Amino acid sequence: MRSSDVAVMAAGSTATAVDVVGATKIFTVAKGAQVIALDTIDLSVAPGEFVSLIGPSGCGKSTLLRLIADLDQPTTGSVTVFGKSARQARVDQDYGIAFQQAGLLPWRTVAGNIELPLELHGTGKTARKARAAELLELVGLTDFADRYPEQLSGGMQQRVAIARSLAESPKLLLMDEPFGALDEMTRERMQNELVRICAETGAAVVFVTHSIPEAVFLSDRVVVMSPRPGRIVDVIPVALGAAEDRDDDLREAVGFFAAVSAVREALHGTPAGGAAGASAARGVETR
Amino acid sequence: MTRARPILLGVAGVVLLGVAWEGYKALGPADGVVVNGLTVLPRTSDLAMPHLVTMWTRLGEPVTSAAGSPALWEAVVKAAGFTLGIAAVGWIIGVVVGMLLAILMQRFRTAESALLPWIVLSQTVPLIAIAPLVSGWGSQIRFGESRWQDWMSVAVIASYLAFFPVSIGALRGLESPEKAHMELMRTYAVGWWKTLLRLRLPASVPYLIPALRLAAANAVIGTVVAEVSIGLSGGVGRMMVEYASTASGDPGKPWAPIFGAVAIGLIAAGVVALLGLVLKRYRRGEVTA
Repeated sequence: MRSSDVAVMAAGSTATAVDVVGATKIFTVAKGAQVIALDTIDLSVAPGEFVSLIGPSGCGKSTLLRLIADLDQPTTGSVTVFGKSARQARVDQDYGIAFQQAGLLPWRTVAGNIELPLELHGTGKTARKARAAELLELVGLTDFADRYPEQLSGGMQQRVAIARSLAESPKLLLMDEPFGALDEMTRERMQNELVRICAETGAAVVFVTHSIPEAVFLSDRVVVMSPRPGRIVDVIPVALGAAEDRDDDLREAVGFFAAVSAVREALHGTPAGGAAGASAARGVETR
Repeated sequence: MTRARPILLGVAGVVLLGVAWEGYKALGPADGVVVNGLTVLPRTSDLAMPHLVTMWTRLGEPVTSAAGSPALWEAVVKAAGFTLGIAAVGWIIGVVVGMLLAILMQRFRTAESALLPWIVLSQTVPLIAIAPLVSGWGSQIRFGESRWQDWMSVAVIASYLAFFPVSIGALRGLESPEKAHMELMRTYAVGWWKTLLRLRLPASVPYLIPALRLAAANAVIGTVVAEVSIGLSGGVGRMMVEYASTASGDPGKPWAPIFGAVAIGLIAAGVVALLGLVLKRYRRGEVTA
């Protein structure tokens, strides 16, 4: 894991999309008891790279994403986004974010919700409208521009949220189980769309999920985490091919299943199985 | 059908009230119901409980027997208009003050701790006690040529009752946005002011509309009571007191200003309902007051 970090660093540290170094997050809960949510995490994400964080609940994957988004601050260690502090990156709007709940404002239309970040940052009305139209087309909701969120299905709401996260063309997308609340059919369709959108925008993505097939299908690398304390137990390179080749056929390909088992073994974490899983993962690497 | 339902139910409620009135008047004991020397139900004489029809026909007759006296309903409409105007001013002041207090309390936790008990306490002070104070202070105020008028005192007292539900309701509303929405605003790196305009204020509307309705009712009551306390003539408050003295000879007459007050209340509630229609898209999932 460190070796890949070093490789990215060598390519130029300012080129890294996300660089987390020795980040530890300790929450103080009731009566002064402390919970170590994250224990010395190191992770780098290259520009345009799709990295999934996977692990059981309580492994700190959402906390790690929140550190990158500057919604929480690490207790020790540092988080750098495009060579700046996480805070500066947030202020500069270097990332777009989508959560498990779409979080649309119910009093705004679909287009109004997508325009929200643009409006807040002072983009002119015509430019806003044009951008919203573009994004609506990207997520296939052109006909729903004037609807209100409550008139949409969960999957459509989530697509609006993704369009909103893309509004300012960020070079980094942070996604916290964005498809977690969707049914399996919608979920797979959304995954296909996300692969396409990422290819079109060239954004790096940090994607939190607890679905192994989802992580494998989407990612260049899958970061496997374990709870109590939250740690990275393995990083499995997947990269099942260029975005345009990733379609539903891929879900039935041999490499896909190999990577799924590798991630699963890393998750279940028996030392011997873990090592075997890791070597199997190396085997499916196609880069 | 579903649209007509609330209207029909409303009419049915009024009819039921009338039937209860006339029913009790016809069947109840003439001396009322007295338990342990305490009158729990009124006497049913024509003086204590005039027939509905008496109240109604009285509206069409002149105010007094003096020549050129206008019909009672005309006098009541005029007085009700006067009172409604003052109540509207009081409502607007109350809404503005209530909103500002709520925003202040939302912004600064210490302001909430410092102000909220006083705001609650303010409503325990009886109107009768404030009325002379307000008109006393008012009489010392001059703005250039113009002087403080009694109606302004009445409006201030009405606003004193109106601001309360607004400040409480708006505070709850301003603090109502979900954590997810607040964090979204944080990721957009926008400050308190933009968050207020784009998130907190729109989110507060479902809490605000019931509060505005309460404020409207309070403003009307405040105006009527303050008219009596301050002794401002021209409105229905003073008219109630004047007409009550004629009740022994003219039992239908004191009811006219009461109907006027009811009409004002309905108009005030209607205006808030219209406002609610304008703000319809902000009202998904409205809470009850």
